[in-house]
This record gives sequence, C-alpha cells and structure tokens, in this order.
Amino acid sequence: MAHSGNPIAGTGTGSSPRLLIARAANLLFTLSLTFVGLTAITFIIGRVMPADPVLAIVGDRAPKEVYEAMYLKLGLDKPLIQQYLIYLVNVLQGDFGKSIMTTRLVLDDLIRFFPATFELASIATLAGIFIGVPMGVVAAVRQGRLTDHIVRVVGLIGYSVPIFWLGLMALLVFYARLEWLPGPGRIEVYYDGIVDPITGFILIDSAVQGEWEVFNNALSHLVLPAAMLATYALAYIARMTRSFMLDQLSQEYVITARVKGLSELAVIWRHAFRNVLVQLITIIGLTYASLLEGSVLTETVFAWPGIGQYITNSLFNADMNAVIGGTVVVGICFVGINMISDTLYRLVDPRVR
Amino acid sequence: MNMHKTLACLALGLVLALGGTVATAKTPNDTLVMAKDMSDIITLDPAEVFEFTGGELIANIYDRVMMFEPEDLTKLVGGVAESYTVSDDGKTITLKVRAGQTFHSGNPVTAEDVAFSLRRVIKLNKTPSFIFTQFGWSADNVDSLVKATDAMTVSLTINAEFSPGLVLNSLQAGVGSVVDKKTVMANEKDGDLGYEWLKNHSAGSGAFSLKTWNANELVTLEANPNYRHGAPGVKRVIIRHVPEPSAQRLLVEKGDVDIARNLQPDQIKGLAGNNDVVIGKYPKAGLTYVATNDAHEILGKPKVRLAMRYLIDYEGMVNSFLAGEYKIHQAVWPSGLWGSYDETPFSLDVGKAKALLAEAGYPDGFKIQIDTLTEAPFSEIAQSIQQSLAKAGIESQITLSEGKTLWPKYRARKHEIIVARWSPDYIDPHSNTDSFAHNPDNRLEAKLTGKLAWRTSWFDPEINALTEAAAKELDLGKRKQMYAELQQKVQMVSPFSIMFQRSEQAVLRKNVKGYVSGSNFDLVFYRNITK
Repeated sequence: MAHSGNPIAGTGTGSSPRLLIARAANLLFTLSLTFVGLTAITFIIGRVMPADPVLAIVGDRAPKEVYEAMYLKLGLDKPLIQQYLIYLVNVLQGDFGKSIMTTRLVLDDLIRFFPATFELASIATLAGIFIGVPMGVVAAVRQGRLTDHIVRVVGLIGYSVPIFWLGLMALLVFYARLEWLPGPGRIEVYYDGIVDPITGFILIDSAVQGEWEVFNNALSHLVLPAAMLATYALAYIARMTRSFMLDQLSQEYVITARVKGLSELAVIWRHAFRNVLVQLITIIGLTYASLLEGSVLTETVFAWPGIGQYITNSLFNADMNAVIGGTVVVGICFVGINMISDTLYRLVDPRVR
Repeated sequence: MNMHKTLACLALGLVLALGGTVATAKTPNDTLVMAKDMSDIITLDPAEVFEFTGGELIANIYDRVMMFEPEDLTKLVGGVAESYTVSDDGKTITLKVRAGQTFHSGNPVTAEDVAFSLRRVIKLNKTPSFIFTQFGWSADNVDSLVKATDAMTVSLTINAEFSPGLVLNSLQAGVGSVVDKKTVMANEKDGDLGYEWLKNHSAGSGAFSLKTWNANELVTLEANPNYRHGAPGVKRVIIRHVPEPSAQRLLVEKGDVDIARNLQPDQIKGLAGNNDVVIGKYPKAGLTYVATNDAHEILGKPKVRLAMRYLIDYEGMVNSFLAGEYKIHQAVWPSGLWGSYDETPFSLDVGKAKALLAEAGYPDGFKIQIDTLTEAPFSEIAQSIQQSLAKAGIESQITLSEGKTLWPKYRARKHEIIVARWSPDYIDPHSNTDSFAHNPDNRLEAKLTGKLAWRTSWFDPEINALTEAAAKELDLGKRKQMYAELQQKVQMVSPFSIMFQRSEQAVLRKNVKGYVSGSNFDLVFYRNITK
C-alpha cells in the first residue's frame, strides 16, 4: 500500500497512561511556547514600530503635558522587558487590557469579532471541502480531458484573481444588478440588538432564540463573503487534491486493484483517495487556519466585523493591546487546528495510532 | 455529475430563497441610515473627543454652551446659554442658562451642569482641554473661576489676556458640550468623573441620544422628542461603518443607505446621471498645506521658503485630480469664515522660484525628502510637488506613511518637507493662528508639539506678538483687521505654503432633505433631516 508523509511517529503502545501524560505534557509545552513566542514577538514589534501608541490615544495635536501623562499611564517609561512581563502577568489573569479603538476590554472585542470570522471561515472551508475535493478527484481521474481543464482553470482563477476585486464584482452582480443577495454587512442594521449574544454566532443565537427572520437575514448576508472565501479555499483544495490523486493513481497498487477487477469507483475512493487523506487534512487545516486568521480584504469589502479587520485597524492605530489579543487568538486557532489534524491523522492512518 | 447538479441546484435555490426576501429592503421613512468610515472614533466623551466622526456625533448628542445652529451656520448664538454679558474689563463672562431644557434622562439643565461640564474638561486634562487651559484655567483654580452663582447663572473668569469674543467662540467647541452631572456622577468610578462610562454612553440634552456604539460596526442615535427646537425629523439615525467607498456607492445606489459619506471623486462622477441620488457639496474649513522644516540648513533660508510657494502647481492640481473637492486657498484661516483672508498671490512660476533659489545660493537646486500620508489625495499632491520642484533642479524623494507613523516624525521635528492637513478646533481665527504662527519657545526641550510653528522650528517674535495681540483685542473690527495683517505676513514669511481648502461631497438619496454640513468637522447636523 502506498503511503504519505507522516509528521507524527507513533510508539505503538496505543493509549497507555504514560503516553497520554507525555502527549498532554507535549501539548502544554507547545501551547506555552506558542503563547510566549506570539506575545513576545508581537509585543516587541508593537513597541519598536514607528507608530506611537500614545498619539493613538491623545491625537497628534496633544500638548506636551497630556502626551506625557498618557506616556506614564501606559507604562512606556519602564524597560521593555518589564513592560512585557507586566503585560504577560495580566494576560495570564485573563486581562488583555482595553482597546483604544473600541474603548472596550480586548477580551470582549475578541468574543464579539472572532465569531463573525469563525462563521465565515467555517462555511467557506466546508464549501471548499465539499466542492473542492470532488472537483480535484474528478479532474485527476479525467486528466487531460475537458473536465480536468475546466477544474484547472477554475482553480487558477480562484487562486489568482484578487479577492478584493472578486468581492466587488460579486456585489455588483448579485446585489446591485440581480438583487438576489443583500449588500455589505453581517446583518441588516434593523435587526441589530434583537438577538441576545449568547455564543456570538448570529446563526446559532438567532436559531436558539427562534428568531428565524434574523437567522434568514444573517444567512443571506453570509452567502457572498463566504462564497468569496470559498472560491479561494476550493480552488486551493481542488488543485492540491488533483495533484495528490494523480500521484496515487500512477502507483502500482492502483493497477493491482484494477487487475483484481474492483470497480473504478472502489479503486478511486476506497484505495487511491484514502491514501491522499493525510496530505489533504494538512492542506484543509492550513486553509482553514489562514481563513480564521481573518481575510482582511473580504471583511473590508463586505463591511464584515471580523477579527481580520479588527487586527488590521488596530495595527494602523497602534492599538497594541488589541493587536496582541487578536494575534493570540489566531495563534490558538493554529495550535487547535494542528491538534485536530493530528487526531484526524490517527483516525485515517492506522500507522500513526 | 448527478452530485454536481444537485449541489448547483441547492446553491441556486438557497440564493433565490434568501435573496427574494432581502434584496428589496429599503430604509424606513422614520430612520436615516448613513454609510461612513467610522474607524477614527475612539471615544464619545465630549471632554476627550477630537476625531472627525466623534466630533460630528457629539454635536448631535450634546447642546453646547454656545452654538452654530443648522438654520444659520454663520451666526454664533446661545445654545444651553440663552444669553451672556461681559464685564467692562472683559475678564468675566456671565452666562444665563436657557430655562426649560432637559437632559435625555429627564433631569433639568442647570447652571451647575454647565459649570461641572467645563470644569470636568480641565480636570480630566484630555487633549482638547488646551482650548480652555489657554484662558488660565487649571485643575487648581477652575473651581473658583468657573462656578454656578445661582440655579441658572454661570460665571466664567478669564485668568489670562483674551478677547471675550474668542472665549465665547471656544465655548462652541466640543469641549463646550454640557453633560448631565447627575447621570455622569452616578457612573463615576474611582474619581474619574464618569470618564470611562461616558466614553461609550451619552448624557446630553441634544437632538439625539446615543443608543449603541459598536466600534467598527454601527452607531445608533435615538431622537429626543423633548428637544428644545422640537423633535427631530427622523426617529433614529443609524450610521453603518462601511470602510470601502465602492461598497458605500452600491449601498446608496440601491437605497440601502440614505447618505454615503466617503465616496471618491471618480465614484461621485460616476453617479452624475443617477436620478435617484443627489450629490451635495459642502465647503469645509480643512486646509492642505506644505511645511518646510526651518531648522534645515537650506529650507530655513527665507528665499528658499518663498521659492517653495512658486513651485506648487495649484491650478494644475485643482483642475485635475482635486477637481470638485478642493479649491485654492493660501491663508492660514479658511475662506468663508469671520476673519478670513482670501488673497492668493502665489501660482506656479518656475522662473521666479529659480531666481529666488539662485539668490539664496542654490542655483542648481538641492536634494530633499518629502513626507506625506498614504491616503488620497496626499500622494498625488506630493508627486505633483515633486515634479514642480524638479523643474527648479530640486531632487526630492517621497515617503508615504500612515498618520500614526507620520505625526510622531513631524512632532519630533524630523521632517524636511511635509504635505499635511489641518482643521480648526473651533471657529475663531485664533484656533489656526495659535498653531501656525505662535511659537513662544522654540527650544527642543519646550516640546510645544501641539503647535505647527514649533514643529517646523519656526520662531518669529514679531509674528508671535501679533498673534497674541489679536487674541487679546476687545474691539471686533480691530481684531478682524489684525488677523488680516497677521495672515498676510504668515503667507509671505512662514514655512507654511497653504494650498487648498477642501469641500466634502456626500451622496444623498433624492428623498433626503435637511442634511446640514457646516464648515468644521463637528458642524454636521441631523436634526432637520426628513425623508
């Protein structure tokens, strides 16, 4: 049987307590290292970049006295390492500080903005998987034929056309001309405040509270931006699936399976496809993580209040508490997706267990 | 293929099912919906607001001591104060509070609210507090200088040499907003005078109250039915944060917003034939200027400074990429206001500039750095100047930066040439002359970073004296004359080449009436809007 690269070597001892403890310790170590690394690098970049966090608060016309008072209040007179340690201690106590831009606690902002991106990225990734994977498989099976050419062109377009332009064109066609879908925004402004934010996910909150009109409106607003992101996701996933499948379809075990008289569907899906799953999980995980990071351009075009726009605006405004908070969330996403990918590797590849 | 067909049908079905219900949504008649880039709001406390969008919002939430009303934006009238008297020596202003006003909370507006609001500005010591500290008010003395003498009378004592006219004009600024003392103090934490609370709540007596502010999403204002001028024309105003101008254009074209505020000139041109919208043009007090660093060994020479003025293609720019939005203005106080000076003696004249440079000892030019903002149209302006400078042999390199990077450099006097913008803090010529022309201490350690004259290291004792004298002058006619003289001098000798005055263009649905946008960023009024 052919095999794929395996990033995690199993010990063959199954789920013994020692192994579980070792895995937990490893996980804790990875998380701690990621957390300290992320916060330290972001913090230092924030402090050494030419944007002045004091001016972000007091404005460029502030007189000396006001500027200096804020400089001291922010603790910028202290050595950089001391500033970082103070910040780290606060964060470990759940205090990310306040955002300059929103005047709210960064934690509250993250709870508000991240679900918007999560909804968008999740739907885009699901669309990418359910459309992109079959597209890639079909293209590989029909290599060199019309279907293959179409999939390759779609993949090329989806991956190379600027998403900013694509978003505007989609708005022009589906919102302005055809009037099939609503314009920018996460929800029609008149529905704002109707649903209590329980989870922060409008779709879930409105469904749980039985506000189906709000649910319908939120879902309709989700279609275009999610489709834009899905275009990118499916293009990438389809291209990679095609490439992986082509590699597998040329292996001897596929010929053997065919000689044994297995149906073409069984050869493709039960044998060849199963062997690309590990690689595919990696690709899907990376795609999902990059979308969770926030697609700033999509969020800007569609006035989508997500984490990407939040971090970018914060960066432009030298709002470093918000930048670091957002970066930590993105880091956690990457670590979380890595963990899920590891688990899935074990499920699909018996050698990893 | 069956699966593909099924998926396609499902997708199309979803689109049609959802689209049919939402695409026809239009704004209700009792609600004004506006699209605006609101990323600049960082607070809604009137003692701290100094940003454009925040300034506009608090102008609709709070009544100020003195006001420009939307019915006549040229006339300063009493707002919360019904009338005022000035003592013979010009040192004491007595304000009579208008009877019958109430805050959104239902609390009556009293003299104590007025005094509290003004004292609070000084005690909180946020950036715009300099508008009041220049009157000699400090945290130590403000309680005795600003006080309610009875339920409806406030006494203001000026502890410095200042024209009472200037003091009254400054009471029209955002810091002159009157807050509801009872409500604010009920939300005080650790002696902060309600600062943390008022950042994202409101306690005013204006035409609207703040219902919600979700940063980078939307602001909702509710009409105040008990407003002293009567209930506003719409029940609520919703401002949506739409950062992308193209998206704003689509929204206003489709009628999903009533007003779009941040369209680019080319997008506005594209709407010219659309009968569903009206394009409003509103002259603003914002100036665009070039500043040279006077500490620079070449740029500090008077003839080089003068040559710079002849190396700007004012006409070329306003007739091309600035068309429709900017007009030529070359004095430090904008056109159309009391004390304006409208002479425009400079135009592109490479020959004259070359002669001046030769007299200064630079017949072959020199190399220089131009700093400006990344946003439109600053990079285009800088490029135009770069081309003009090249004609006189001056080789320049442009650096584009975000404001948060550019302003620290400017405040640290590290620029050579900067192309920047300026808007007055309040409607009195002193607001601009104090910054452009007044630099009482040019030492680096003085750090008078709020003043543009200090930032450019420009120190001129005569101009300083003239600026101070104009601010003190009691006679209005004489004061106006002094500002004309001051502006003429600054125009000729300062490191500032004022170039343009901006107009704001907004796109309104044709059924929207009564939108008023005055000269300053905080003179935008929603209360007369009807649909």
